[in-house]
Amino acid sequence: MPIIDLANPSRFLALVGRVLPWLAAATVCAFLVGLYYAALAPDDYQQGATVKIMFIHVPNAWLAMFCWTVMTVAALGTLVWRHPLADVAAKAAAPLGAAFTFLCLLTGSLWGRPMWGTYWVWDGRLTSVLVLFLMYLGVLALWRTVEEPSRAARAAAILTLVGAINLPIIKFSVDWWATLHQPASVLRLGGPTIHSSILVPLLIMGLAFMLLFATLHLAAMRNEILRRRVRTLRLMQAQAGA
Amino acid sequence: MILNLGPYAGFIIAAYAAALGVVAALIAWIIADHRAQQRTLKELEARGTVRRSAPREVA
Repeated sequence: MPIIDLANPSRFLALVGRVLPWLAAATVCAFLVGLYYAALAPDDYQQGATVKIMFIHVPNAWLAMFCWTVMTVAALGTLVWRHPLADVAAKAAAPLGAAFTFLCLLTGSLWGRPMWGTYWVWDGRLTSVLVLFLMYLGVLALWRTVEEPSRAARAAAILTLVGAINLPIIKFSVDWWATLHQPASVLRLGGPTIHSSILVPLLIMGLAFMLLFATLHLAAMRNEILRRRVRTLRLMQAQAGA
Repeated sequence: MILNLGPYAGFIIAAYAAALGVVAALIAWIIADHRAQQRTLKELEARGTVRRSAPREVA
């Protein structure tokens, strides 16, 4: 199937129907392997067993930013290329991004309390991720406020593009400001600073969460296409009855 | 294999339980939404409303 065919919602739905079971199975397998290796991973010499929180905190942090990146590309698709599925992709990604960002903040707090002595501190990294979470809520509110999908899509796309400024701020906040949060230890120019016994389970858990996002995103996009068909049929029915 | 999570076991278990709860809620919401949309679509189509681009039966 040529990739241009995916612009057709019916063909996209057919593809999702074929791909989704395999993607869901791959997600379950990746989580089983990841959790097994996470359980076997040694304790950190300073942080003890609390390092196990990293195996869910860091993938959720990656996904929090990745979801907004997906929404940013989709926003360009809506505003520049007017791709029929772009705003469907953006709308479907927003609640997932909000959930992953919430989990990033929550697991970070639960890790911070025993290690830093506090659940929360207003440093550059934590505050910029909180801003990201609030932006997700803003986009969700916008989608619910504007009833006409194409108008809502344009407004959400503009907000998403403006919000993308926050992504490099999150990434480099630990370098630009003195933060309680540690600097990057995986995605950095000099390579990871984590021992392979902890890095490998982390990367497998990262892959598992990425597959989870792909599965949920495709399923949520399918729901959104069906919701728009329902809306179209209701409008047609109302016009026929008028 | 019994995991020894040390003195901060409560924080570790709470983090994993929260992740499980949120992911389970997302999956449940998406499945429920899919069923609701499909049900509504079938009801509307049963009343004779069909999209212009819907596949037609050949007589």
